[in-house]
Amino acid sequence: MTRSLSFRAAIVSIALFAVFIAAWHLATRGTGTAVDMDPEYAKLMGATATQGKSAMPGPLDVAKVLWQHLNQPFYDKGPNDKGVGIQLGYSLARVLTGYFLAVIVAIPIGFLIGMSPLMSRALDPFIQVLKPISPLAWMPLALYTIKDSSLSAIFVIFICSVWPMLLNTAFGVSAVRKEWLNVARTLEVGPVRRAFTVILPAAAPTILTGMRISIGIAWLVIVAAEMLVGGTGIGYFVWNEWNNLQVVNVINAILLIGIVGMILDQILAWFQRLVTFPE
Amino acid sequence: MPDRFISIEAIAKRYPAPAGGVTTIFENLWLPMARGEFVCVIGHSGCGKTTVLNILAGLDTPTDGAVIVDGQAIEGPSLDRAVIFQGHSLLPWRSVMGNVAYAVTSKWRNWSSAQVQAQAQKFIDLVGLTGSEHKKPSELSGGMKQRVGIARALSIDPKILLMDEPFSALDALTRGTLQDEVRRICQETGQTVFMITHDVDEAIYLADRIVLMTNGPGAVLAEIVENPLPKERSRTEFHKHPLYYAVRNHIIDFLVERSRTFTKENPTFDPRHVPLIRPGVAEPVVVAGNGDTLSTSLPGESPSKTGVNALSTRQSIANA
Repeated sequence: MTRSLSFRAAIVSIALFAVFIAAWHLATRGTGTAVDMDPEYAKLMGATATQGKSAMPGPLDVAKVLWQHLNQPFYDKGPNDKGVGIQLGYSLARVLTGYFLAVIVAIPIGFLIGMSPLMSRALDPFIQVLKPISPLAWMPLALYTIKDSSLSAIFVIFICSVWPMLLNTAFGVSAVRKEWLNVARTLEVGPVRRAFTVILPAAAPTILTGMRISIGIAWLVIVAAEMLVGGTGIGYFVWNEWNNLQVVNVINAILLIGIVGMILDQILAWFQRLVTFPE
Repeated sequence: MPDRFISIEAIAKRYPAPAGGVTTIFENLWLPMARGEFVCVIGHSGCGKTTVLNILAGLDTPTDGAVIVDGQAIEGPSLDRAVIFQGHSLLPWRSVMGNVAYAVTSKWRNWSSAQVQAQAQKFIDLVGLTGSEHKKPSELSGGMKQRVGIARALSIDPKILLMDEPFSALDALTRGTLQDEVRRICQETGQTVFMITHDVDEAIYLADRIVLMTNGPGAVLAEIVENPLPKERSRTEFHKHPLYYAVRNHIIDFLVERSRTFTKENPTFDPRHVPLIRPGVAEPVVVAGNGDTLSTSLPGESPSKTGVNALSTRQSIANA
């Protein structure tokens, strides 16, 4: 008897997850021997040195703290103690602002490049040079010119989101089937109407692919950017908890970053399915 | 003066050859067409048939010459000339109704959506797609897609219908049904049609005149065959007409043999006066150059200017 593929895949996923958690649990179980010493000194040294516990938190510790975070995501007890919900909110706000600015810039320019062979050739050297630059390399320049760390982070998101969208839009627009353009030409459809009724729908799946790549990159970059600019955001949270040696919080943050990234990607995937047409 | 609704005048298409020099696809084509006439062009691949059609559509420009439609030279595409493309060319993100309505709104910009819907529905019904209005092209069979293409082309009420092998991708049964419908619709609406085909029977069934092109490069219009079959013909009976085989054999002989050798064997061929052939029961004979039948002869032009071959054949008819 064979069950559906997705059912069997789910079984395997759960099994792999269980194996991973078990291995993690076993690896972080305390194995050292407890040393008998002065209680005051033991307190200073921490449980790792004195009780034989691993410095790496186990899955149960992480789950316990995660539960606390999820119960109280939005507390605010000063600059260095905010709930993960607030920190994720800051990061999302920066990512979405930078990302939408990039959409506004990249899609029209992509259209221009895709429709005009002249502009395509003329802008190509700039794009080729600017594209491979790590977005974080812009950070000092952004900080110096914008003079605001939060806006600089948004700029970095903007600059890293622009390229995949720009290139995909240009490619999608230039690859619109000639026969569809000929249909519009024989119907005497003007350039603006043609752009919106033929080129945009035809290129939409490719444009959305670029947008999906961009949101992924933006979410990758925001963590690093916030580690640099500090103050707020999930990236800053990770770095701050590392400085506090709260590895359990670092692991929690990693988990949350992954989940939020997945949700962003799935939202874009949903939009992509919406505009994709079967031929 | 006889109606000269479309006039193809001395058009040529040349491309720069990769090795330098020039490749001539076709040269010095002349063809007049009357209003309401159904003309089929037959020729081998690469003779430039599609280019001629694209020039008529305004999608391509000739290197030389011009096409005059209704007294005006063609300058780009026009809603007066509808094209039915070889691949159906439907916009896949639009439904059947959406595709036809797109054409209707392009023609009548200020129509209300109810008017647009009504016009589109009329032509969807005409091609027999009632009930499939909301289907996407991907949900349709090849024949149904081509029907949508026909509905879209007709819905804008064109003066001329241009068809580029519209049925070549269809199975024989669907092709037959669609040929019947195109024939019916064109007769009802008195449409002027320029159609490219590879299918000799299709040409005989549909066309009033069949234009034969020689092989490219350097293709010319070799002959215009006047279809001797009556205007009223039926799919089941037309091949029993006494002149059917004469026409068919003449065209097939041309395609098999003479399309290759025509230019060599007729060095004095005058492309301006393409022989008009009316295949009879016996041997096909030239009855006139098309310049004589469809236009008043131009001043300063004597019959001696026409090709020697055509002339001699014509004289032999006169003697007979």
